Amino acid sequence: MKKSTLFDIISPVMAGPSSSHTAGAVRLGLLARNIYKSVPKKVTFKLYNSYAHTGKGHGTDKGLLAGILGLNVDDRRIKDIFNNEITKNIEYKFEYFDNFRRHPNAVDIELYGDYNMKISGDSIGAGEILITKINDFNVSLSGNYNTLIIVYKDKPGMISFVTSQLQDANINIASLSCDRSAKGQDASMIICIDGNLKPEIAERIQNTDYIYFVTYVEKLEN
Amino acid sequence: MDINISTFEQLHNVCISTDKKIYEISQEVMATSQDITVEQVRAFANRSLFAMKEAINSGMSSSEPSLSEMCGQDCAKLKKRFEKEHSMFGSLFEKIVQYALATSEENIRMGTIVACPTAGSCGILPAALIGVSREYNYPEYDQINALITAGEIGRIISVKVALAGAVAGCQAECGTASAMAAGAVCQLKGGNISQILNASALALKNLLGLTCDPVAGLVEVPCVKRNPFLAVHSITAVELALSGVESKIPLDEVVDAMAQTGALMSPMLKESSQAGLATTKTGLKIKQQIFGG
Repeated sequence: MKKSTLFDIISPVMAGPSSSHTAGAVRLGLLARNIYKSVPKKVTFKLYNSYAHTGKGHGTDKGLLAGILGLNVDDRRIKDIFNNEITKNIEYKFEYFDNFRRHPNAVDIELYGDYNMKISGDSIGAGEILITKINDFNVSLSGNYNTLIIVYKDKPGMISFVTSQLQDANINIASLSCDRSAKGQDASMIICIDGNLKPEIAERIQNTDYIYFVTYVEKLEN
Repeated sequence: MDINISTFEQLHNVCISTDKKIYEISQEVMATSQDITVEQVRAFANRSLFAMKEAINSGMSSSEPSLSEMCGQDCAKLKKRFEKEHSMFGSLFEKIVQYALATSEENIRMGTIVACPTAGSCGILPAALIGVSREYNYPEYDQINALITAGEIGRIISVKVALAGAVAGCQAECGTASAMAAGAVCQLKGGNISQILNASALALKNLLGLTCDPVAGLVEVPCVKRNPFLAVHSITAVELALSGVESKIPLDEVVDAMAQTGALMSPMLKESSQAGLATTKTGLKIKQQIFGG
């Protein structure tokens, strides 16, 4: 578990009423926006369990939409976002479900636009969040680090190739996790880094044999 | 200052051996660990302090109901009465209860607040800190010192207990907030390190076992009104500590007791709204009125 700092205890400055149901919802929307890297034309939010049951009373719906539109947790427009003109170019809807296999505060965000993407996440308490799935790939993104996500063919030397690219750029790796569907099949690598990654490094990794997909997700500001 | 402080005993010893205040140690440790300056740490605290004052101002001038329409109009009632008839406890009490209620009500109408440590307990520390500062004209510099003191107390509690109702009940949220408020006010009033830690221990000790049983699962009943109660509670702790009254159980051990109590507390009483006030006849009726079904 990440240790709390002095700043964590006397912040965030946020729109109420709930760190998990309001601020967490905004941060889920914001991180989904960072992953999607664009503003969608249409978005469907599927809320589960406690998010579905008490979400309206906590403004969870408003928070999720505000995040997708790039508003921060302390933005005074969140409260009345449905009537704000920034929502006029986006079509959105909310659906509510019970599913005991999902986290109590879970959401699927389906984004439609130049391309379509489905992002799933949980609000895990005190405003902290976890993106758990992008399309069909399991991931684990907290938004606390700049993160590189790579999908590649499972074969020897891939991890060492990628990490050597980062080493050459003098980038420190905070954490690294890998997963694969089966031996020799598609695999994913999630690398949290300190500092920033120059776009050309991601490009160099992308333009390598057996690397199918690379995306760089920027951390959340607060 | 490159040091990892995880207990109050350790904090106490570092303060004594370096002849520094809690806020001085805290801001120096934070600056080193984040690779920033002490001035940047204080600027961060000042932004939170400013946001707390903004929340009080907004809350004091609104009677807009919450989304559920359960709460939001009580601070206005206090304000109206105090304009005609003063509190039995005097002007400081008037400030503290109004500021706490104003902030909490601002939270549930989706206004901007500072989660300190959580959104549900957001009225306690600001009410005590800003109420006392305005009553006795403490300048901003002293207020920032007090806020950093409170933050350090909350941080060390959080090393042993996750500050979430779902994990350890309301004692971990409003209990911690009250311990932080007691520490902050004791710092403002010139208390020494022992008095500050005793104030926090006394406040926290008397809130052990507090459950989290919100009606309809919303941060409203009993959360909103609990904030003014516990802001005043923290002042009792400070008055005792400044008089030399000591907590027989040291703060570290009170925190251990809170962690144990939280672990033993039924999950039905930890933010799941399956027992307590949430499932009273009226609690269930309110839930049905809001969400139907």
